[in-house]
Amino acid sequence: MSTLHTVNKSPFERNSLTTCLSVAGNGSTILLIEDGVAGALQNTTVAQSISDAMGSGVKFAVLGEDLNARGLAKDRVMDGISVVDYAGFVQLATEHDNVQSWL
Amino acid sequence: MSEIKKFVYLNRKAPYGTVYALESLEVVLIGAAFEQDVRLVFVDDGVYQLTKGQTTDGIGMKNFSKTYSALGDYDVNKIYIDEQSLKDRGLTIDDLQDLTYEDEDDDWAEKSSINVVSREQLAELISEADVLLNF
Repeated sequence: MSTLHTVNKSPFERNSLTTCLSVAGNGSTILLIEDGVAGALQNTTVAQSISDAMGSGVKFAVLGEDLNARGLAKDRVMDGISVVDYAGFVQLATEHDNVQSWL
Repeated sequence: MSEIKKFVYLNRKAPYGTVYALESLEVVLIGAAFEQDVRLVFVDDGVYQLTKGQTTDGIGMKNFSKTYSALGDYDVNKIYIDEQSLKDRGLTIDDLQDLTYEDEDDDWAEKSSINVVSREQLAELISEADVLLNF
């Protein structure tokens, strides 16, 4: 069973991303949305834990509309995290068996 | 007129995900009418409130980031950014808007309202405050 995990809280304020990373395994995708997009940038205090999860086969995506709203440029996003739009969000939801929202 | 008090607004939330940032800005603008000594502090995720180039068309919300540049016209010109918060988030001061004001005591010279501060300076700002407002 593949799972799409969505994280909408800032990793610097809540532990949603940390918990998500600890349970997401190979075949899972983590999509960062709303305040969660802050975790997608390069050189943050959570970048290493995201890189580690990539190494374990977890895929990452971030919602472009939420990056734009926060003035965070796409070229600042970590390598290996794909920027998707709302249609891409829907596509990801359909590609996975289930969606887990880390509210 | 009663004595002027030091008001410190402590902003710790990212914009758009919650309503705190917008609420803070509205209270600051309303409070500016009372001619107090106002200081705005941006710490933790609050530093995201001042990023350049915010474009909210895609999320269907009002982009209020341009309003910060009007603060100088309301005599709100003491703005403090926590350096560690920027660093933790992979940001630098160049990622933030350069907010300015015109100094009436210096022939209306345009000056920056932005001060990057350490945690020690932040502690001092908080301890000096007569009124602390948290958002």
